[in-house]
Amino acid sequence: MSAVTQGQAAPRSSIFNDPKFRSTAIQVLLVLAIGWFAWRIVHNTQINLHNRNISSGFQFLWSTAGFGVNQALISYSETSSYGRALLVGLLNTLLVAGVGILFATLLGFTLGIMRLSRNWLVAKVAEIYVEIVRNIPLLLQIFVWYATVLKPLPAPARAPQIGLPWPGGGFIIMAAVLGGGAWLLRGLYQRTQSVVMRVVATLLLFFAAWTAIGVVREFGLSTINFVPLGIFLSNRGIMFPRPIFGESMWIELAALVVGIVLALGVARWARRRQEQTGQQFPTLWVSLGLILGLPLIVFLTAGAGATFEFPELKGFNFRGGMTLIPEFLALVIALSTYTASFIAEIVRAGIQAVSHGQTEAAHALGVRPGVTLRLVVIPQAMRVIIPPLASQYLNLTKNSSLAVAIGYPDLVAMGGTVLNQTGQAIEIIAIWMVVYLSLSLMTSAFMNWFNSRMRLVER
Amino acid sequence: MSTLSPSVAWVRDEEAPRLPPPPNMTGIAGWIGANMFPNWYNGVLSVLFLLFIAMVVGNLIDWALLKAVFVADDRTACVASPEGACWAYVRAKFAQWIYGFYPIDQRWRVNLAFLLGIGGLIPMLIPRIPYKRETVLYLLFIFPIATLILLTGGHFQFSAASWISVLVSLLIFAAIMLALSFGAGLLARGAALRIVGIVAAVVIAIMIILSVDFGLNPVETSQWGGLLVTLVVAITGIVASLPLGILLALGRRSDMPAVRVFSVVFIEVWRGVPLITVLFMASVMLPLFLPAGVNFDKLLRCLIGVALFSSAYMAEVVRGGLQAIPKGQYEAANALGLTYWQSMGLIILPQALKIVIPGIVNNFISLFKDTTLVSIIGLFDLLGIVQSGFQDPKWASPQTGASGYFAAAVLFWMFCFLMSRYSMFMERRLTTTHRR
Repeated sequence: MSAVTQGQAAPRSSIFNDPKFRSTAIQVLLVLAIGWFAWRIVHNTQINLHNRNISSGFQFLWSTAGFGVNQALISYSETSSYGRALLVGLLNTLLVAGVGILFATLLGFTLGIMRLSRNWLVAKVAEIYVEIVRNIPLLLQIFVWYATVLKPLPAPARAPQIGLPWPGGGFIIMAAVLGGGAWLLRGLYQRTQSVVMRVVATLLLFFAAWTAIGVVREFGLSTINFVPLGIFLSNRGIMFPRPIFGESMWIELAALVVGIVLALGVARWARRRQEQTGQQFPTLWVSLGLILGLPLIVFLTAGAGATFEFPELKGFNFRGGMTLIPEFLALVIALSTYTASFIAEIVRAGIQAVSHGQTEAAHALGVRPGVTLRLVVIPQAMRVIIPPLASQYLNLTKNSSLAVAIGYPDLVAMGGTVLNQTGQAIEIIAIWMVVYLSLSLMTSAFMNWFNSRMRLVER
Repeated sequence: MSTLSPSVAWVRDEEAPRLPPPPNMTGIAGWIGANMFPNWYNGVLSVLFLLFIAMVVGNLIDWALLKAVFVADDRTACVASPEGACWAYVRAKFAQWIYGFYPIDQRWRVNLAFLLGIGGLIPMLIPRIPYKRETVLYLLFIFPIATLILLTGGHFQFSAASWISVLVSLLIFAAIMLALSFGAGLLARGAALRIVGIVAAVVIAIMIILSVDFGLNPVETSQWGGLLVTLVVAITGIVASLPLGILLALGRRSDMPAVRVFSVVFIEVWRGVPLITVLFMASVMLPLFLPAGVNFDKLLRCLIGVALFSSAYMAEVVRGGLQAIPKGQYEAANALGLTYWQSMGLIILPQALKIVIPGIVNNFISLFKDTTLVSIIGLFDLLGIVQSGFQDPKWASPQTGASGYFAAAVLFWMFCFLMSRYSMFMERRLTTTHRR
């Protein structure tokens, strides 16, 4: 009793003005509203599914799919299960995303560095590329690559064969003309500042090369021969030889692994030695020699580890070998060229974000421009580049779902087919969401780890 | 004390004559020398790039102008010129690309809607024109309702049940507001009455206007198509995502764990999945979620999916703006005794939203490009209608596809490029830092 009277003695404001009470009340209301909403959805769905005679659950994953697929990384036939069909789709998604990310990174970094080039033409070409490609919808670009570039390629019967360029008989003459011309040009650029002289001399070099090609041809010599590789370009895709691994393949693989391990060891030793003594060691060349040289020695002594099965034209299509279907090619080309335009901007912004004083300081210390870029500018730029780069990789992975528009059997396309056949909409969409969400989370987790390794460590 | 010997001291007492810059460093020649021929390998590179540009531009001119067919009634002329673009096809189909299958005698309604939109957008986008508040109200309320009536024909027949449910919701809303002000004392009584009055008046007025018969022929959304659908999806998506995105961004920075967790999960789920699965979800799963008998139009389902999807992206953009506001602003608002919504609405959001205008425009650009995905679930947006036109046997020729895609790409590019330039212009206007 006395406690109550004591409590009443102090003037108390309304309970609604108590922040704790308010925040609790709002949260309880929110949870109740979401719970009610979710319950309504579940309830309606149950009624609707019941009315449509669809049984929910994942049992359908084990029943026979009954449809074929034009690209599968694991063995798959029409008698395989729906679950296996979805797995094929997932692997195809991962393949196209991985290859796309590789090419997008290479092209994007090239374009980003081109945009910063001293050469106005080079910078402008990269800028125009970026402005055109990133402002056109990706789906339209996929259609363009698929329908107007890859599909009009010749049929297999008339498919051109791709060859490995190999120096021909006239190559030495060409090399002499170009090398001598370049040497003369260099001398001229050092002697004169006159723009007219420089332009005329550069054009003369091209004219000399042009004439040299004509002269070489006149003598029946070719500058470049093409060694046929058994790679064919047709409207059914790119056909290329399939390696069949023999027994000595294992020794070669082992040699490769040993080479890589040795190279890593050498790199560690070289770094430690440089930190202690300041002496540099040609790590790159030694590593290359170890990684490439060891397998080469094994190859020369133990013989070829793999034989190739070449694609052969039989009837209307090629038999044997391996095929990259045009859907895959269109998707990879469109995804990587499109994403590269965004990566180029990220790379440019990252390099520009490094204060110019860093470059000036390096130059003042007498560090050469190339080394400055490699050891001073790029490591600092990478810190700015990596986070947005990670989100571009994620975008590319998500955009690979546009495969469904041209019939590349990725996860969404396969899921769509399964959905149409079974009507299991909720399960399929749940699988899509779980897969893409976990891909996103894994990529961002990896990138966060990488980012924390690259981060500036301050005292 | 030492004295300088006069023979050593020499001071220049007039300015040295100004020499002209070396001729190699001025004018066009100087520019070319510095930017294209600074050293021998850059010179070689420049000539290689010039050759490359000449090749690309030459082929393009050849295809798009010299060998192209501009006027033709059907495919014959285009088939005869298999290496040139078939612009006659684009001309024949262009009206369909803009209006879709909208009845030809009703196309003035679409034009009027476009004009209404442009009339609101131009004063909105130019920073110098005043009356921004009025323009925003026009764009958010009058323009959408007018467009809805113009495009569908209006004359919505609300059932008695829907009238009753709207009135009941309004009554519940009024009861809550009045309880908050009279019971709990959280709101001034006059303010509560005013809010209730305005909301009720606006909702009832909208419903009455929508149900009035203006004598317009009804046009089903299945007849809409082309640029019309592209713009409807993109603009609805961005406008609907703005309030939702702001709420989510505020929720993500809230002190209340339940609100924060809900916002984070919502944002990350939508951002983690591709739009195409969201669209599949909207077209296949949404009908399952609704009570039996309720059915949405396909376009409306797609709009809901797009709005939810883009609200997650909008939330992240707004969050960027909220984080950029110095903490002193939040503290100053608190020190003045403002409530949470007052400080957000009067202090924080006006500054934060202004900062993120470029981000919002960039979001709009990517949404505009992403609307092409609705063609996969069977709506005829600009890309969908361009594609469907290729099946027309009257125009089948080797270059029909390339010409159609090229023209569509130019259309999309113009929209996106102009918007990105606008976003850059705003960015320059809004940043006040010094740049190198």
